[in-house]
Amino acid sequence: MDQLLQHILNALVLGGTYALLGIGLTLIFGIMNVVNFTHGALYTFGGYAMYLAAVALGLNFFVALPVALVAGLLLGAFIEFTLLRPLRRSDIDTTMLVMIGAGIIMQSGTLWIFGGVAKAVPTPFPAQPLVIGPVSLSYVNLFVLAAAIALIAITYFTINGTRLGRAMRATFQDHDTAALMGVNVSLIYTATFAIGSALAAAAGALLGPVYVVTPQMGELAAVKAFAIVILGGLGSISGATIGGFILAFAEELGAGYISSGYRDAMGFLIIIAVLLVKPTGLFARAERIG
Amino acid sequence: MMISRRTTLAALAFSLLAGTAMAADTIKIGVNEPLTGAFAASGTYVVNGAKIAADEINAKGGVLGKKIELVIEDNKSNPTEAASVAEKLITSDKVPVLMGSWGSSLTLATMPKLEEYQVPMLVETSSSGKITTSGNPFIFRISPPSSVEADAFEPIAKKLGLKKVDFLVINNDWGRGAAADFSKMLKANGVEVGLTETMDQSAQDMSAQLSKLKASDADTIMVTSAVDQLTLLFKQMAALGLKKRVITTGGSQNPDQIIAQAGAAADNTMHLTTFLPWWPEKTPNPEATAYFLGEWKKRGFEFAGATESFRGYDGIRSVAAAIAAGGGTDPASIQKGFWKVDIVGLNGPIKFAKSGPTGKESGQSKPNVYLIEITDGKVKQVQLGG
Repeated sequence: MDQLLQHILNALVLGGTYALLGIGLTLIFGIMNVVNFTHGALYTFGGYAMYLAAVALGLNFFVALPVALVAGLLLGAFIEFTLLRPLRRSDIDTTMLVMIGAGIIMQSGTLWIFGGVAKAVPTPFPAQPLVIGPVSLSYVNLFVLAAAIALIAITYFTINGTRLGRAMRATFQDHDTAALMGVNVSLIYTATFAIGSALAAAAGALLGPVYVVTPQMGELAAVKAFAIVILGGLGSISGATIGGFILAFAEELGAGYISSGYRDAMGFLIIIAVLLVKPTGLFARAERIG
Repeated sequence: MMISRRTTLAALAFSLLAGTAMAADTIKIGVNEPLTGAFAASGTYVVNGAKIAADEINAKGGVLGKKIELVIEDNKSNPTEAASVAEKLITSDKVPVLMGSWGSSLTLATMPKLEEYQVPMLVETSSSGKITTSGNPFIFRISPPSSVEADAFEPIAKKLGLKKVDFLVINNDWGRGAAADFSKMLKANGVEVGLTETMDQSAQDMSAQLSKLKASDADTIMVTSAVDQLTLLFKQMAALGLKKRVITTGGSQNPDQIIAQAGAAADNTMHLTTFLPWWPEKTPNPEATAYFLGEWKKRGFEFAGATESFRGYDGIRSVAAAIAAGGGTDPASIQKGFWKVDIVGLNGPIKFAKSGPTGKESGQSKPNVYLIEITDGKVKQVQLGG
């Protein structure tokens, strides 16, 4: 029983960051119809931005975090402006190839600048864990979970409660009509890609200090993000959130009670099952028209 | 997908050198190491150690009157890459001898290529038993197979009074091989063996495995992995309040890096290692150790890497000795030369004994194994006795 409680707690912490990763990806796909293959690289970018801000510049941990997030926002806007905007009328394959290329450039660039050896980012949290009865949790993980939930809530509110969000949702439903109604669709695309990128960078900046920062950290993260998006349904924010937690629970309980050797396979088994039963994902939104 | 700076530079350098007279004046040694991916830290340390040996040998006039030249390639911590890197080094760079490939799975993937092209390889780090028992006569290993590590640990297992041991190992030939060899030794000594949990080589979150180990009734956890994963592991153990005796195997711990990155979380952990750079005067070859550590420091490398990099240094010196003893720069002469190698490395004598099926034996040197303990952020040696 104690072990189960600990597994549930671990899965909640892991799920928060998975959800963050999934939302950034699903947002961009849903609104822009772009499969963002730079998502993993943006996650890595967030980790290194955090490393530069906290270690090289010596900023306070809590200042470095928003710095990394804003850096991700700006990089996302830059990628959209330079790569995606000129390709707006191209087919999805062309865009996909360009994004794969951009992802490779970003990863190789990181390797070129920082080398292949992992970097550690110190945290201001005490090493001693928080012990509640039979379970324990480190303060840094608690902070990561809280920050992830806060970011998810802010994103949700932005999409559902602001003017920008309404314009984004209108663009998602039908970008031509949205444009006719006076929505600046180009600006919406830039904003969407920037927000999605910022979320990926934020996940990297939050997890970099928990683990270590390496040029390859984005590879596994991107695979998981794609899995979460497929699980939750393309374009669905609540789907990605729930999908993130489902994947975390599958991995944690699968490793805890079935076999740790197949930990990463558990999530994918669930995805295969979901695709067999409900091919559009658990929480798919209606396909946009036109 | 990724091109490392070294690879690019090496490729550039060799496209310039190819066909020129200069290329004929050097003896090339292919170095197949993980410079990116899960084992990047370890592979980079080994390569830096190898460079010190190459520079030292060349400063003393080289081998057979020729300078040696390292052709370094990144196998990306990936067995498929390790095999193709070996093929590239042999067929394109025409190296007559290799050193590599750090991990057991990486080395095992490389071995069929050695047979195919009949080129010998010095194995500097890998510890899976299979490497020297599968009948590959091109393999010469200076690192201990995990059974040798297990035997060295036997007396201390009794002294520590271990009752029940769980394993947490990296999910590849290295980790699973270590778990099998140590289990066998422990069971023979009446120690109970409980769970064997595995972790992917690139896994960063091991809390599921650790939660399971925390709930187990074993008193000790034996862990096999390299420094980056160990650092994360110790931090996550502390976060889960897991306070059991921890002993690591494999010699790729780089304890000072663990102390620097995991802090107090690394206290009271024990590590089986093959080099004691903390006490150069007590090593089998104090003079060479002092030179190596001095050169390591002069090049601005962290002291932490010395426990790993010494294998690159010993490896290249062994290869050079094999070239000198074989008397030729072709793969067959070097292969013969390996059997005549007799030098004192930083971790004791390097001399190859036959291992594996008759007629196709691999060479295995018998290195020393030591046990150290981290206490209050300091490294101290634990006498293995016997």
